Amino acid sequence: MQEKPKVSVTRTRRDSAAREFSFTADSIPAGGLKDVRAKAWDAFTKFSMPITTDEAWRRTDLRLLPASDFKIPKEGAFEDLPVVPEHLLQPLTGEQHGGQITLLPGGSHVDLDPDLVSKGVIFTDIRTAERENAELLNRLIGTVVKPEDGKFAALASALAGNGVLLYVPKNVKVETPLHSVLWGPGVDLAHFSHLIVYVDDGASVTYVHEAASPNEMGHAMHAGIVEIHVGKDANLRFVELQSWGRHVWNFSHERAHVERGGNLDWIFGAVGSRLTKNFSDLDLAGEGAQGRMSGFYFTDGTQHLDHDTQQNHLAPHTTSDLLFKGALKGKSRSVWQGMIYVAPGAQKTDGYQANRNLILDEESRADSIPGLEILADDVRCTHGATVGKLEKEPLFYLKSRGIPQADAERLVVEGFFDPIMQRIPFEGVRERFQQAIQDKLST
Amino acid sequence: MSQLEIKNLHVSIEDKEILKGLSLTINQGEIHAIMGPNGTGKSTLAYTLMGHPNYIVTEGEIIFKGQNVLELEPDERSRAGIFLAFQYPVAIPGVTVANFLRSALNARRRAVNPEDKGMPIPEFRKMLKEKMDTLKMDHAFAGRYLNDGFSGGEKKRAEILQMAALKPEIAILDETDSGLDIDALRIVSEGVNALSGPDLGVLVITHYQRLLNYIKPNFVHIMLDGRIVESGGPDLALHLEEQGYDWVREKYEETAEA
Repeated sequence: MQEKPKVSVTRTRRDSAAREFSFTADSIPAGGLKDVRAKAWDAFTKFSMPITTDEAWRRTDLRLLPASDFKIPKEGAFEDLPVVPEHLLQPLTGEQHGGQITLLPGGSHVDLDPDLVSKGVIFTDIRTAERENAELLNRLIGTVVKPEDGKFAALASALAGNGVLLYVPKNVKVETPLHSVLWGPGVDLAHFSHLIVYVDDGASVTYVHEAASPNEMGHAMHAGIVEIHVGKDANLRFVELQSWGRHVWNFSHERAHVERGGNLDWIFGAVGSRLTKNFSDLDLAGEGAQGRMSGFYFTDGTQHLDHDTQQNHLAPHTTSDLLFKGALKGKSRSVWQGMIYVAPGAQKTDGYQANRNLILDEESRADSIPGLEILADDVRCTHGATVGKLEKEPLFYLKSRGIPQADAERLVVEGFFDPIMQRIPFEGVRERFQQAIQDKLST
Repeated sequence: MSQLEIKNLHVSIEDKEILKGLSLTINQGEIHAIMGPNGTGKSTLAYTLMGHPNYIVTEGEIIFKGQNVLELEPDERSRAGIFLAFQYPVAIPGVTVANFLRSALNARRRAVNPEDKGMPIPEFRKMLKEKMDTLKMDHAFAGRYLNDGFSGGEKKRAEILQMAALKPEIAILDETDSGLDIDALRIVSEGVNALSGPDLGVLVITHYQRLLNYIKPNFVHIMLDGRIVESGGPDLALHLEEQGYDWVREKYEETAEA
């Protein structure tokens, strides 16, 4: 018998080693989703903490995540925490909201135009839906994002007591935009959210969701799920803005399922959090389905934002168009990893992806990893990825016209983001992004 | 009266001396032309006057309206009244001509009064349309990204449009004729001529005489190896057109060696 070489390993205990969460099955919220959550909890217990040898987590290190410290906010916890700032509740779309939901630690608040109620539109928080729409909720939940998709998907599925259910019945066109705000103040708290958006055949709606918190000392976390269904010939414009405090570890699993002839316009804005790992998948499941994904991010300090996108062409004649643009300051880092997948038989598909980064400081770093996996032969797929620096010559040119250095830099950065702004149909959202650019440049 | 005075200017780029003691005075209302073969430092002079960071002044002075220009940042020089029409205007993707020009004009207003709210948009639009009309530019131009995908002629016209909007006291035109066909050259020259007058001093930098058929200089200077070696009236340019630069080289390179 061949002797195996002896390997001796000296283990050095590292304080930074990933600790496990201290949640237990007792943390599962009671209510109409009990069974769904129990199953998700089972899935959660089978996942270990992601490490950088896992492909999806190669560039995002969780060793400093103080997992065991996080607690779930108690019912009514928001009453002792900073209140949601007024500006977050302002309309971003230039029109009054048709409905607004505020999700708070251990609470929520819902407002919906009675006219929409009479049309059968459901726009409510998960707590209410568990009581009033239990059958629908149970039918929709977990159909697009599954607990098995990842540790944080399982965790949010099991423990999210907060969230939104948006249901637009067949052929109902919602004219006024809907708005929800997830406000997550508090240190050592874990915020969970579960958004379910179901736009039935022929229906259309615009929905803006924001997640935010103040900057606080210490740590906090958020794990969220976004499940989107766009029915046949339905239309959804979905805008997500993330301005978490600089102490927040943010994880999300998002997927949109678009049926035949459906159209999704999906806009992402990310300026907050300490660390973000976001999975956003677009499944073009029916013939002629279309999806556009537009991303804006701006990092500074030591922020780390990791966006992992998938454009899955599962049917013929589907079109996807992704553009993510980011600027980076300080020692911050961004990762964008994108994949266009074309399934066998998904002929005549048109897939596009581009990621452009602007590095404003020597020590910031952007990783940009495009990818194509094409299993059909009559398709058009193109991609591009760039990482560039703020160049001297454009700045000199602008300064030679009397524009001071700081304003010249701002103009160049705004110009860099302009192709994203052009994709955003709402002045209010554009203004929010422009404000973010100003704020980031002036700190 | 505004006066730009260049005294014994020495300039290096990456430790290589390009300008070797250049002196020149331009008064408001005068049009000067600097001609010379390629590589004699004409563009270096233009960039140095505007304050490009790659050009290091090792000796000499530039005085404008009694101010030491070398102490000023490029944006301060611009606001003081110096303008450079670039030989190669730089593209600024995502920034429209209108947005850019308004930023430039507002920077001027804010330098005077930090509380200034900026030029009212209707007033700005009216001004811009008028200037574009004199340069025979389509109004849609205002909405295009600055120099991004512009043809050679469009770029040069955009330079003159900026000059018209910013109303400098001294304008330096660096090879504004390069890359222009005759029609574009005429339009650009007419634009410059419309702006010139007792309030504007112009320094035309050119390799060829043809631009000077359209923009008539009062003074012509010949530059060679980092210095002005000959100065004269408009006929000096005609002489160059007929004789080329060889006689200048022979005359001055020999003396240099002697």
